[in-house]
Amino acid sequence: MINSRRHFIKNMGCLTIGFSMAGYLSKQGSYLVRATFNDIETIDTWLKVLADGRVRVYTGKLELGQGIRTAIAQVAAEELELEMASVEVVLAETGVTPNEGYTAGSGSIENSAMAVRNAAAAARQQLLELASVKLKTPAAQLIMFGGKISVKGRERSLTFNEVLDDRQLTGEVRLPVTVKQKNNYRLVGKAIPREDIIHMVKAEQVYVQDLRFPGMVHARIVRPPAYGAKLKALDLDAVKKKFPGLLKVVRNGSFLGIIDADEYTVVKAQTWLHENTQWSDAPQLPEDINLVDLFKTLPSELKNVRKKGNLESDASATVSLKSSYFKPYIMHGSIGPSCAVALFKDNKLDVWTHSQGVYPLKGALQKLLQMSEGNIHIKGVPGSGCYGHNGADDVAADAALLAVAFPGKHVRLQWSREDEHAWEPYGSAMILELSARMDATGKISDWQHNMWSDSHGNRPGGNPENLLAAKDLEKPFNSKATGFSGGAYRNSEPYYTIPNQQVDIHFVDGPLRVSSLRSLGAYGNIFAIESFMDELAEKAGKDPYEFRLKHLDDERAIAAIRKLQSITSGQKSIPHYGMGIAFSRYKNSGAYCATAALVSVDPSDGAVRVRKMWSVIDAGEVINPDGIINQTEGGMIQSASWTLKEQVLFDKKQVTSRNWNNYPIFRFSDVPEVEVALIDRPDKEALGAGEAAQGPAAAAIVNAIYRACGKRIRNLPVGRIV
Amino acid sequence: METKITLRVNGKTQEVLADPATPLLYVLRNQLTFNGPKYGCGIQLCGACMVLVDGRAEPSCVTPVGSMTNKSITTLEGLIQVDGSLHAVQEAFIEEQAAQCGYCLNGMVMSAVSLLTENPKPDHKAIRVALERVLCRCSTHARIIKAVKRAAEITAKKLAGSGK
Repeated sequence: MINSRRHFIKNMGCLTIGFSMAGYLSKQGSYLVRATFNDIETIDTWLKVLADGRVRVYTGKLELGQGIRTAIAQVAAEELELEMASVEVVLAETGVTPNEGYTAGSGSIENSAMAVRNAAAAARQQLLELASVKLKTPAAQLIMFGGKISVKGRERSLTFNEVLDDRQLTGEVRLPVTVKQKNNYRLVGKAIPREDIIHMVKAEQVYVQDLRFPGMVHARIVRPPAYGAKLKALDLDAVKKKFPGLLKVVRNGSFLGIIDADEYTVVKAQTWLHENTQWSDAPQLPEDINLVDLFKTLPSELKNVRKKGNLESDASATVSLKSSYFKPYIMHGSIGPSCAVALFKDNKLDVWTHSQGVYPLKGALQKLLQMSEGNIHIKGVPGSGCYGHNGADDVAADAALLAVAFPGKHVRLQWSREDEHAWEPYGSAMILELSARMDATGKISDWQHNMWSDSHGNRPGGNPENLLAAKDLEKPFNSKATGFSGGAYRNSEPYYTIPNQQVDIHFVDGPLRVSSLRSLGAYGNIFAIESFMDELAEKAGKDPYEFRLKHLDDERAIAAIRKLQSITSGQKSIPHYGMGIAFSRYKNSGAYCATAALVSVDPSDGAVRVRKMWSVIDAGEVINPDGIINQTEGGMIQSASWTLKEQVLFDKKQVTSRNWNNYPIFRFSDVPEVEVALIDRPDKEALGAGEAAQGPAAAAIVNAIYRACGKRIRNLPVGRIV
Repeated sequence: METKITLRVNGKTQEVLADPATPLLYVLRNQLTFNGPKYGCGIQLCGACMVLVDGRAEPSCVTPVGSMTNKSITTLEGLIQVDGSLHAVQEAFIEEQAAQCGYCLNGMVMSAVSLLTENPKPDHKAIRVALERVLCRCSTHARIIKAVKRAAEITAKKLAGSGK
């Protein structure tokens, strides 16, 4: 920390607001403290005023298409009374931005944006105090606007830098900080357009894929034919003969890569090497067991998630129901396969990556490459969207390994489509078994939820084991990595008022590589819970809206559902069409989302079309309404694609979903019309909204299918109704 | 074997040194340093690499550069006028905020430009058909459709304004 502060003190002409991490473990303080990551030095600087009067904000989060860059600029500009153009945001970069772990879990607004708000508010306060001395006027009589501070009713004003008078200001932020009154907001809560979309339409350099450096070389990796296969024979002479002048073949155990100045040459060499290298047989994948039943046949580790009251203690509960649901393995499926650039020069490594966690990646690379911390620098650059842990970290590690073997040049590694499809870590399959009892009035007394799932969190987290290449190296990292187990049972506890509950998870070690996909286990759990709620409502003879409302006591949840009912009330009944609804509060502590779907089922061929979807979302204080609407529209459509079409397939040898033909996703002809209604609650905590629609959208669709054709879908994907 | 190939890209005639079998995409991105066309799948299934070939949207990830010598190629960059003003489709994508990660945006914009050239007043279905080849994972489809409709309106207004 001392070092980093010294680094900024050297930058004359800028105000630095630093945070002391120690001693502020209050709830608000945890915004800041949560950023720390193991033993990696935490950079404690969030913003500075530049010599030209603009403010530069540092966030440890990466822009994934969720619009976080804009939202963060909004809160900073608001507190410091600046125009949007006067605020620039620097995204995740080691040694430059704070260490905020991963850009994940809908946490960027809740953590990073709120930390920036506190930092900016503290900067405002301290600037006013300094100006008060200079202008010999009480701070209360000063006005801050447009990067200047003036005295009410007088012309004289000072710029931020005149206030600072070339001194440095490194005061600590003591929480709680007095933030701007919300009724005076000019920018927060407004649909400020995203600046980065202008760069995109102009085809400027936006993505890591677009980076170019003088002398940069291109690389491809030759992955094994299947999980765990080892490289047996590689005929280097044959490679040289086939590709004369090829710059480099890198082999480290079973890790095989090729480098050349010409990208098409490495594309051809990759194809050729796939066909002309020998690999050992890989362990067989379980082919003959139906995937729906597979997880129940595997050894499992039981964990109780929730126990409340006593099951079967209520004698009035005379009605019981049990249902089992299944979701398959689902792919992130970024449109642009993962990519990274790495340069190893003078024993120092620079990596440009779309990883969602530059600091944890740095920790993992240190161990993978046995390099010291000071010799690795990682810069986050946006990539193709995926909302989760795709191949980003893996390709960065691959590129780093190649760069170390080919020093002095920027090595650009582009994964192929097949690399991405076959090797990314998928969202785990899940089996979800639900049972409930209710009384004659339809009041649920008992609820039991049993899950079978693999992990939903295997990011590198500072360790190399989860990096794809780690097991292939000559000196492999084979130890079993510890993942984030909590993701599997996210939203497994119903948000409804049910006196007796038991929720258990059976963790299995499934056959495919898995990690975090948008909303983690919440998608599967909400699909199951909200399907089951409709099944119970029908059994109780209740309307799905009323049945849910009867089991809710949270006013915000009730308001979201009522609003959904009101915005969909004009929908007329059409033959072979059905409407379905679902609700959840993400993580049971985040954004509220109530979703409806209108689907049609063609009686002649069973084809399902989602015609329209609606969501009502309450994410507390709204920073940028258009950002939330965009994410919720996209969340519904993406979830509809998962639900109707998607499953990763494999045979006994390998994953067989290797391109968009054998892993189809929604195209324009599949896409429903979407409508989002936002409930703004300026007095409530701002909540992340990027994952809230995933679960409710799935359940709303299957509930709608049931109403359209009478068929209850419990196993995904829906496919065709038979 | 590398040979000299003459290409007409964004109105400029340029000579590149490349194996004629090289897919156009790599030449556009690497030799000519355009960012617009993106690598997505390499087998014409996702549309990220769309360019205009003689005014029509076509994927560039398979087409050999050697077959392009007598064609006029336009990339996303080439839609920007000399004075810096944007094409109606580009303007409409900004106005509708029709992107999340934006990686597919090139394919969407180029397909929309191609559509509007042939059909200046496309209905909902025509837009879906024209964009069918282009995949979007963030699922911004609804906004993209709105943006294409808006682009048609902007173009109509401009034409009316210029008296054409």
